[in-house]
Amino acid sequence: MSRISQTIAGLKAQNKKLVIPYLVAGDPQRGLTVPLMHALVRAGAHIIELGIPFSDPSSDGTVIQLGAERALRQRTSLIDVLAMVSEFRRTDKQTPVVLMGYLNPIEIMGYEPFAAAASAADVDGVLIVDLPAYECEELFSAVRPRGIDTIFLIAPTTTEDRTAAICANSSGYLYYVSLKGVTGAAIGDKSEIRDKITRLRAITNLPIVVGFGIKDAQSASEMAAISDGVIVGSAVVERIGLLPSQGSCSGAQLDDAVAVIAAISKSLNN
Amino acid sequence: MRCTVSKFSGSKSPSVDIVSSLDTNQPNDQFSGPDLHGHFGRYGGAFVGETLVAAVEELDRIYRKLSKDPAFWAEYDRDLKHYVGRPSPLYFAERLTARYGGARIILKREDLNHTGAHKINSTIGHALIAKFMGKPRIIAETGAGQHGVASATVAARLGLECHVYMGAEDIKRQSANVYRMKLLGANVISVESGSRTLKDALNEALRDWAANVDNTYYIIGTAAGPHPYPMMVRDFQSIIGREARAQSLEEYGRLPDALVACVGGGSNAIGLFHPFLRDEGVAMYGAEAGGEGLETGRHAASLTAGRPGVLHGNRTYLMTDDAGQILETHSVSAGLDYPGVGPEHAWLKDIGRVTYVPVNDKEALASFRELTRLEGIIPAIESSHAVACACKLAAGMSPDQFVVVNLSGRGDKDIDTVAAIDGITI
Repeated sequence: MSRISQTIAGLKAQNKKLVIPYLVAGDPQRGLTVPLMHALVRAGAHIIELGIPFSDPSSDGTVIQLGAERALRQRTSLIDVLAMVSEFRRTDKQTPVVLMGYLNPIEIMGYEPFAAAASAADVDGVLIVDLPAYECEELFSAVRPRGIDTIFLIAPTTTEDRTAAICANSSGYLYYVSLKGVTGAAIGDKSEIRDKITRLRAITNLPIVVGFGIKDAQSASEMAAISDGVIVGSAVVERIGLLPSQGSCSGAQLDDAVAVIAAISKSLNN
Repeated sequence: MRCTVSKFSGSKSPSVDIVSSLDTNQPNDQFSGPDLHGHFGRYGGAFVGETLVAAVEELDRIYRKLSKDPAFWAEYDRDLKHYVGRPSPLYFAERLTARYGGARIILKREDLNHTGAHKINSTIGHALIAKFMGKPRIIAETGAGQHGVASATVAARLGLECHVYMGAEDIKRQSANVYRMKLLGANVISVESGSRTLKDALNEALRDWAANVDNTYYIIGTAAGPHPYPMMVRDFQSIIGREARAQSLEEYGRLPDALVACVGGGSNAIGLFHPFLRDEGVAMYGAEAGGEGLETGRHAASLTAGRPGVLHGNRTYLMTDDAGQILETHSVSAGLDYPGVGPEHAWLKDIGRVTYVPVNDKEALASFRELTRLEGIIPAIESSHAVACACKLAAGMSPDQFVVVNLSGRGDKDIDTVAAIDGITI
């Protein structure tokens, strides 16, 4: 059983909801990413989605675009991101880390070298935003044998046929996109999300977490009530972006930057 | 040998009128791509976020159905004839030919189209589909502004709402086209993210489409992007090559020895090349933006100096660094200033059917001036890249041969740029 599946099974047994924050690696400085990951775990994160910065993030809203631009100003590369996972792993053996990003940096590194490096860094899952299920075989056949989970997005526009194809290629969890649009927009219609998740449950046993548009404890509670948990990206990245782009930060500053995750954990799991 | 598969050979009509766009007897061979998922060899595909997958699949389904409908193409051809002003002539550039002393240089006059460039061939087709799908809202991205103008034009004609994304840098260097779009009723949105040029405008248009997918039709400006766009834009632009082929047979009694077109995203080039791909005797050259020279790194020659990667929905040759980040490009022409290229070109390069060569800013500007002075035709700076390439090529060929070069647009939009280079403020 993968680290992700173990984590989720453990939470299920305690009747807890998944809290998954997203941050962009290298934002706003490379040296802060691993301390921020630890701060997120302290705040109650169960899994961390670590964004690979890309110059052309066409599925992301302004907040995460700016996060990627800050990370790229620090010249954060995919190799750096993998090194951050290794460093995080030295002190945290439990919390799964999912790499989330766009295909080109991985394509340029090469699928086999990427899979080997991700495995060596102890990455637990990959989610490639612009890699649809029928294009995924070449990359995922390199990744899967190494025990790395392959996570996909399901959107309000995803048809039943495609849902089946996506579930067949998925492991770990399903990421349900709450809205039609990019990251950070306002959350979609709740009853529509509930209906869609109910239909998803009939097709798959995979845990379903909801993301895009969750920005506080209230929206998180609403979404967690109809799913297995939430993913919080823009609300985290917005605060991280206020940290200094050079010089050191105190532990209190880092905890303050991820306060939204502490608030969400408290409201979902206390 | 050259004309064996031509459906026009032998039919000596008095003059070439509009060439029907309904192509029913294409052989099934390596050139009949893409496959069902939009692949040309290993290139192409539909690499988009999940929200847009259903939209591109629906568009593919609808286009495949409409493209078999003679009534669809009849309406398209009617618009091209009466609204765009097709067919565009083939023009023998006699003084330019004499200057280089080799093969005859023949211009395919896309600059004479309504709105001044080849872009309208594609937006007419997309607009018909938007109308068929009942979408009230059109979005487009634009670099030089030609595609934005062509999109705003068809939107005005059909009474559709139109939003055009344009990089803040491009808005500065193409102010006349920005005003033209506004006159046509379009909303021009300045894109401030990333490098603030065409690639960023495309990202922003994709984001808009994801947010407004129910009521919005996205008209991509070139033969790139996710499937089915490269196929659709190629089909719409292929009117250029079909006409050029029929006109060559009509006026010169045979097919050209070579074709030349400029390649940014590559829509005018694929439009000229595609109907000739099976004609083995016809050599083809794509002129890429060499910018300040490949050695400077300041260029946009993704086929000559880039490598395969994935951007804007398709796998193709890209300007990308070792970390997989997209590089900023440079060209004196906004329309060629793009880090990718249509996936069919990537494949045609790999199989060796088309030769792609860089033409730098200086060479293009010299051709801009030369064509203007020798023939009284002010070409777009984009098209000037093709003219420069054709002149070099023609010089090494014999006078009984001929080269057809796609004069994809007129240069009125570029006079500010050229004047600025001359130190003149208009």
